Amino acid sequence: MKIIVCVKQVPDTSGKVAVNPDGTLNRASMAAITNPDDLNAVEAALVLKEQTGAEVIVVSMGPPPAEGMLREVMARGVDRAILVSAREFGGSDTYATSQILAAAIDKIGVDKDDIVMCGRQAIDGDTAQVGPQIAEKLGLPQVSYAAEITKEGDTITVKRMLEDGYMTIKVKTPCLITCIKELNTPRYMSVGGVYECYSKPYEIFDYNTLKDHPFIDKDTIGLSGSPTNILTSFTPPQKGAGMMLEGADKATCDKLAGILAAKHMI
Amino acid sequence: MDFHLTKQQEMVRKMYREFAETEVKPLAEEIDEEERFPMETVEKMAKLGMMGIYFPKEYGGAGGDVLSYAMCVEELAKVCGTTAVIVSAHTSLCCAPIFEHGTEEQKKKYLPDLLSGRKIGAFGLTEPGAGTDASGQQTTAVLEGDHYVLNGTKCFITNGTVAETLVVFAMTDKSKGNHGISAFIVEKSFPGFSVGKHEKKMGIRGSSTCDLIFEDCIVPKENLLGKEGGGFKIAMMTLDGGRIGIAAQALGLGEGAINEAVKYTQERVQFKKRLSQFQNTQFQLADMHTRMQAAQYLVYAAAMKKQNHEPYSMDAAMAKLFAAESASDVTRRAVQLFGGYGYTREYPVERMMRDAKITEIYEGTSEVQRMVISSHLGVK
Repeated sequence: MKIIVCVKQVPDTSGKVAVNPDGTLNRASMAAITNPDDLNAVEAALVLKEQTGAEVIVVSMGPPPAEGMLREVMARGVDRAILVSAREFGGSDTYATSQILAAAIDKIGVDKDDIVMCGRQAIDGDTAQVGPQIAEKLGLPQVSYAAEITKEGDTITVKRMLEDGYMTIKVKTPCLITCIKELNTPRYMSVGGVYECYSKPYEIFDYNTLKDHPFIDKDTIGLSGSPTNILTSFTPPQKGAGMMLEGADKATCDKLAGILAAKHMI
Repeated sequence: MDFHLTKQQEMVRKMYREFAETEVKPLAEEIDEEERFPMETVEKMAKLGMMGIYFPKEYGGAGGDVLSYAMCVEELAKVCGTTAVIVSAHTSLCCAPIFEHGTEEQKKKYLPDLLSGRKIGAFGLTEPGAGTDASGQQTTAVLEGDHYVLNGTKCFITNGTVAETLVVFAMTDKSKGNHGISAFIVEKSFPGFSVGKHEKKMGIRGSSTCDLIFEDCIVPKENLLGKEGGGFKIAMMTLDGGRIGIAAQALGLGEGAINEAVKYTQERVQFKKRLSQFQNTQFQLADMHTRMQAAQYLVYAAAMKKQNHEPYSMDAAMAKLFAAESASDVTRRAVQLFGGYGYTREYPVERMMRDAKITEIYEGTSEVQRMVISSHLGVK
């Protein structure tokens, strides 16, 4: 059994976001981090590895310095890493990226009991499109917004967290799951993991490695294969933190009713 | 001289820093206030390999290096002096002497539990009458058949109440002075061993510091560490390594205080200006940072020499002397920059100042370090 996890190196947008005159992100001026949702996907894969002995492979598309990030996820316990990197792949939007990643995952091979995992979305683009597009291109069933994952045999039960509630569904392997931060708390790298990570298998899939795959075509990859045009980039406004009331007594209910009434919601 | 860290050292420091900020910093004030040993943090550190950083994997260690151990203590001390000394005493004073002087059987028996953090280690050398003058040991060990019988009291033992494995020193032949001291591996469960009074301290208040009492304590003969009469040498070699840990603790305390002062002086306004806009603040912080940076070079150089199996006794003494005195100075100045708020327990700098003082005292006072350094210079 294999679990293939897609990870992305992103600029840290928790601070100030720098934008180029053309509207794209100025990545060079921001610190590079591993996309937070992707770390939840890695953690979920490592938990399944502990339960089943599965091999965990991470795949990332990006420039060569992304190796540092891949070594870091290997220091958390991932077995093997593949960096998909070539000039021809540069400038890809979500359509072209998922085309290339799907080809890379197909080359690794998705067997009957394998799982592909992704973070819900990357904090630089916030699209949440790459995971589902990979699933479509590989013909895999997909489950997005996973907040809980349990595996029994070839059946995986996923609790999806949606804006207005939860949805629990069962899916058979092979499948693709996209993970959200509520799923788990990513583990730290371990000291032993750090000292081992540079001796773990690390491969680069360049253009030549993938060029013969049917997904890879000049018109489907890179800037020329990307149908997206960026109109503008901006930092989304912060959502309110919300308010938690605890208790099942009358006083708490009265307080809740009062708050809702004050907001003209009831 | 290469001042660059390896990729692994950079990466592991990032991990220590994240761990310290997320898991250790939020507890620092509480464990100081309540004088509570942070066992939950030790369990988390154990899982990450932080209780056996520079020891080989075959004994359950993490396979790292001495510098990455020093950086661990440093990063922990930036936010919590207590947590830093727990790791330092466990690693340098208990795991190291067993690893360096133990027989293969002793290493296989004791190291896996210690290095994985399942058990905490301690070191019993100091006695009420044998502090800086460690040769004045009163604890005795008498061989009776297949075991030694230990009698005496140790004091100021870091990790004392929580340790399950201890390296303890006792006189096997008083007539031989230093050459009559032997080292033993003692388990908490050995008959005749008990833990005495817990010290109430000025700083590192979450760490456990207590007396160890030996009343006809039975220690199997095979638990003699090294040769009979070779204990004093083991103690001195162990303290050389321990000084790197304490120097790293001092380093972290000073750096942590600077981090707090930089943040605070950019926020606090007096005379319609941020404190950071006053030249006094700028010059103070420049001096503080320069001192700690110099300390860091000394600490890292000593750690790298130990790693490379080069003589490092004088380097460790200089690192500890300079880092400890710098930490005391820098944390005191940080309190001054905070003004009245710095004197309150609402801000961490007073705790750092209290924690820093001990680094000038334990594992060899600053005066002892000067003795070590001058003796290496041949100044007698």
